[in-house]
Amino acid sequence: MTTNGGPLLAVNNIEVIYDHVILVLKGVSLSVPEGGIVTLLGANGAGKTTTLKAISNLLKAERGDVTKGSIEFRGERIERSDPSDLVRRGVIQVMEGRHCFEHLTVEENLLTGAYTRRDGRAEVQEDLEKVYRYFPRLKERRSAQAGYTSGGEQQMTSLGRALMARPSVILLDEPSMGLAPQLVEEIFEIVRRLNEEEGVTFLLAEQNTNVALRYAKYGYILETGRVVLDGEAESLSANEDVKEFYLGVSGEKRRSFRDVKHYRRRKRWLA
Amino acid sequence: MEILNAFFVSPFVDMAEYPVFFAEVVANGFLTGIMYSLVALGFVLIFKASETFNFAQGVMVLFAALTLVGLQERGVPTWLAIGITVGVMVLLAMAIEKVMLRPLVNQDPFILFMATIGLTFFLEGFGETLWGSNVKRLDVGIPERPLEVPLGGDFMLLNEFDLWAAGIGAVMVLGLALFFHRTTIGRALRAVADDHQAAMAVGISLRTIWVVVWSVSGVVALVAGIMWGAKSGVQFSLSLIALKALPVLILGGLTSVPGAIVGGLIIGIGEKIGEVYWGPLVGGAIENWFAYVLALIFLLFRPQGLFGERIIERV
Repeated sequence: MTTNGGPLLAVNNIEVIYDHVILVLKGVSLSVPEGGIVTLLGANGAGKTTTLKAISNLLKAERGDVTKGSIEFRGERIERSDPSDLVRRGVIQVMEGRHCFEHLTVEENLLTGAYTRRDGRAEVQEDLEKVYRYFPRLKERRSAQAGYTSGGEQQMTSLGRALMARPSVILLDEPSMGLAPQLVEEIFEIVRRLNEEEGVTFLLAEQNTNVALRYAKYGYILETGRVVLDGEAESLSANEDVKEFYLGVSGEKRRSFRDVKHYRRRKRWLA
Repeated sequence: MEILNAFFVSPFVDMAEYPVFFAEVVANGFLTGIMYSLVALGFVLIFKASETFNFAQGVMVLFAALTLVGLQERGVPTWLAIGITVGVMVLLAMAIEKVMLRPLVNQDPFILFMATIGLTFFLEGFGETLWGSNVKRLDVGIPERPLEVPLGGDFMLLNEFDLWAAGIGAVMVLGLALFFHRTTIGRALRAVADDHQAAMAVGISLRTIWVVVWSVSGVVALVAGIMWGAKSGVQFSLSLIALKALPVLILGGLTSVPGAIVGGLIIGIGEKIGEVYWGPLVGGAIENWFAYVLALIFLLFRPQGLFGERIIERV
C-alpha cells in the first residue's frame, strides 16, 4: 500500500519551537516502515512526546510549531493537516497518561474513536466486538464510567478507542506509565498481536527501554531534542552505551553502587 | 415570641389553612422556574463544551427575540419568522466561532470570558441598530387565558400561557437529553467537555463542536426569548434575566442539564413561596434577592451544585 516503496511515515529533520522561543526538537529524523513497530527512547524531556505530537499535529494546541523539516505519510506532506483529517487518513495518537473521557462509559469512550468514520453502524459495531476480543476486560467494564476504572483498564480503553478509528499507524505514547510490570507486559503483548494480526503499524515512545526493545523491531534514542543513536532493536540492546545509560547494566557483571563513582562511561556523542 | 411566631409558625399555618392558595403559589413558581431553566440551559451547554462562561447568553436571548419581532413587524408570518431566526442564530454561532473562538483557542478561559463580555455589547448594539430600541410586543399566538383548574372542591387559577411555556420547556429538555446521550455528535460533545486534547486526538474537530454548541444554545436562547418576550415585552431588560440564571446555575451545577432544570424550579418555587408567606414580614420584595442568598448558601456547602459533575478523583 505504500507509495513508491518508501516508508509509511517519514519525519525529515524537523525542528519544533514552543511559544515561539523554546527550541525543543533540533532536527529529528526517523522513518517507520509499514507494518513495523518502531520505538522512540529517551529520558524525560528528550522530545519523545513532542515528536509524536508533531506527527499527529496536536502540537498546535500547546502552542508548538514545526518550524523546519517535513513529515510525510504515504509520501504526502502532513505537517499542515489538522488532527481530525489525520485520523481520517489513518494516523492516530494515544496520548501519554491515557486521557480517557472520564464521565463517559468505557463503551462510549470506544465509540468516540469511530467519530470520523462514515461507513455505517454495522461496521462500527463489528469493530467494537473486535476490540472486546482483544480486551475482554473492557467488555466486562463496558458500562462503567471510565474515570472510575483502573489505570490498566484506562490504558486499554484509550488504546481500544484508537483502534476504533481503523488506523494504519498508532502513535503510542508511554503505554507503560504508572502500570504494574505484569500489566505492562500484557499491554505490549496486545500491541504485538495487533501488529501481527491486524497489520497496525506502531510508533511508540517509551521510557521503559527494556520492554520497548524487546517488542520493537527498530529503535531511535533521543536526547535533548536530537536522535543520538538508532538501529535494530537487538543491536541497540547489545550496545554498550545503551546498556549503561538506558538499561542500567554495564560490563559483564552488576556493580555495587559503591563503585559507581570511580568509573563513569562518557556519553561520547556529547561535546 | 411574637416575632418567632410570625416567622416560624404562622406562615405554615397559613399554608395548611388555605391549601388551594398554596398550590397556586407553588404552581406559579414552578412555571416561572421553567422559564429560568430555559435561560440557564444556554449557559450550561456552552460551559460544558468550552469551559467558558458565556456572559453574552442573556443578550443572545434579547437578540433572538428582537430578530423575531422585527421580522414579524415586517409582515413575515410567525412560523417562517421563527425558522429564519433559527437560521440567524446558527449564522451567528458560525461567525462567533470564526472571529472569536478560533483565534483565541488555547487561551485562558478567563480571556474567552472577557471576549464574551465584548460580544455582549456588540450584540446589544447590533440588535438595536437593526431593529430599533423601543419596547416591542411579541405575540406568537400562544393563548393567554386564565385557566381554572379544579382542585379539591375549589379552583386554582393558572395562566394557560405558563402551561404552554412549561410544556415547551419540558420538550426542549427531553430533546437535549436525547441529543447528548443518543447521537454521535452529542457523545462527541460530552467527550470534548471531558478532555479537549483527547477529543482532538480521536479526530473530533473542536470547530464543528463549537458551532454546534453555540447554535444549540442560540436556539435555546430563542425559545427563552419567545417565552419571556411574550410575557414582558421585548426590550433591553430582557437580557437581564441572564442574571437570574446565575443562581440557578450555582444551584444546579454549571455542567448539568438536569441541574439547570431542577435549579430553575427550586428558585422559581422558592422565591414565590418566600415572597408570599415571608415577604410581608420584612416589607416585601424578597423575590429579587431570595435566589442569590440561596445560591450563596449552596456555594458554602456544595460548590459543584446539586448535579454538577463530580470531580472524579482516584486515590
